[in-house]
Amino acid sequence: MNERWTRVASPLLTLAVLLAAWEAVVRFFALPTYVLPAPSLVVTTLVADAGLLWSSLLVTLGITFEAFVVAALGGVALAVAFSLWRPIERSLYPFAVILQVTPIVAIAPLLLIYLPQPLAVLACAWIVAFFPVLANTTLGLNSVDHNLLALFELYKASRWQVLWNLKLPSALPQMLAGLRIAGGLSLIGAVVAEIAAGSAGAGSGLAYRIAESGYRLNIPRMFAALLLLSAAGVAIFFALSALSHVVLRRWHESALRRET
Amino acid sequence: MSLPGATIVSLRSVGKTFESGTVALDGLSLDVHAGEFVSLLGPSGCGKSTALRIIAGLSAPSAGAVEWPSGDSKIGFVFQEPTLMPWADVAANVRLPFKLANTDKAQSRDAVNQAVARVGLSDFAHSYPRELSGGMKMRTSIARALVTEPKLLLMDEPFAALDEITRFKLNNDLLRLWQDLRRTVIFVTHSVFESVYLSQRIVVMTPRPGRVFAEIAIPAPYPRDERFRTSAEYAGYCRQVAEALSQAMAGGGS
Repeated sequence: MNERWTRVASPLLTLAVLLAAWEAVVRFFALPTYVLPAPSLVVTTLVADAGLLWSSLLVTLGITFEAFVVAALGGVALAVAFSLWRPIERSLYPFAVILQVTPIVAIAPLLLIYLPQPLAVLACAWIVAFFPVLANTTLGLNSVDHNLLALFELYKASRWQVLWNLKLPSALPQMLAGLRIAGGLSLIGAVVAEIAAGSAGAGSGLAYRIAESGYRLNIPRMFAALLLLSAAGVAIFFALSALSHVVLRRWHESALRRET
Repeated sequence: MSLPGATIVSLRSVGKTFESGTVALDGLSLDVHAGEFVSLLGPSGCGKSTALRIIAGLSAPSAGAVEWPSGDSKIGFVFQEPTLMPWADVAANVRLPFKLANTDKAQSRDAVNQAVARVGLSDFAHSYPRELSGGMKMRTSIARALVTEPKLLLMDEPFAALDEITRFKLNNDLLRLWQDLRRTVIFVTHSVFESVYLSQRIVVMTPRPGRVFAEIAIPAPYPRDERFRTSAEYAGYCRQVAEALSQAMAGGGS
């Protein structure tokens, strides 16, 4: 009980102290808002620009969601294909790694040349997000209990029965861990692509708002948009953690409380 | 009741050499009769688990053959670990063999309920493996092996990881099941005491390469219970089997 309380209270207290210090520094040195806006001004801006920022947030969340869904489906499908046909894994895995290690900021401008903007943004977000799903699901599919595999063999299970009744369920914990990472990365991918696209002058997402506000020296709005982005990232993380907990709660160690 | 029935499975000079060059089995011959309770006893590395996997068809012999005179090679297998699907409850785990045979859920319900009841887990049919004790997990595993009513039950050191109290209890329950169902059991163990308590016949194996060193009959009548476990007769058989085992280790280990 006491420990639970401090776990919530400690970060909140830290936040309060930092915000107070920030506010005090801005007021004491009378810093102009285009250098550093006070937290109170950021909040005021957030409320004042709520309509604009809210619609931008929805655009960014839309892209993030689409990218996440495509990354989840694509990552899982590719991992299943890898586990069923080794030649596919051998021929494709290196490229998945190359795509993953090449910085997305460097790929984004190219994609914007070849693809229409909404599609380019989606592609960027997907490239960043699909790899953890692929890597984690592959690990999960390959770590099936050998005795259970033998048991399935004993009852003459088909390849599809092994995949559907054994490999996929036992890969579920790793798959969900991959999805949790992919959720945050989808948002990052969407933001990076929008920033890259933003300099070309089109777009309406939150990242575009940040870039635009930067040009106009509207620093408080930059902070307000940033605040919303962080909040969105945190919300995605918690939503996916909750999903993982609900799915695994009856059987996986990670979802069970230890009795002490 | 110890009249030998028809041969249910026989190993003819079975040999197994692994890719690493290890000779696990060499010229292993063994006949198992219907209704019999046979134990394969030997130190670890004597190939007794390998023999069991070859009978189950999970591993192919490098030499010799496995013959099923009746043509019915349906078996139940109990592994050393309970080997349950953690995401499925007890009933679903027990139903697995039917599910893999694409048997309708409604059709298999009675068989599943009966198998779960037989191992005393009716109240836990909807519990997950995580929520069960080690002994209960092993019971689930036994129920799954029995649910399709195979004539032959193969057990690979199933109780080795359990505490002694639970092991004794499961020994008694297994004997009761064996007597009620009239099945054939091949039981792999490294425990002299467990093999004497359970079996009609003990096959003592030598290590590296694994082959039959001696066959010892335990003619004590069933039902066997705690009185048998503490009797002088039991102690005598144990001494006899332990001596054979130490000779097997001395002879085969060279």
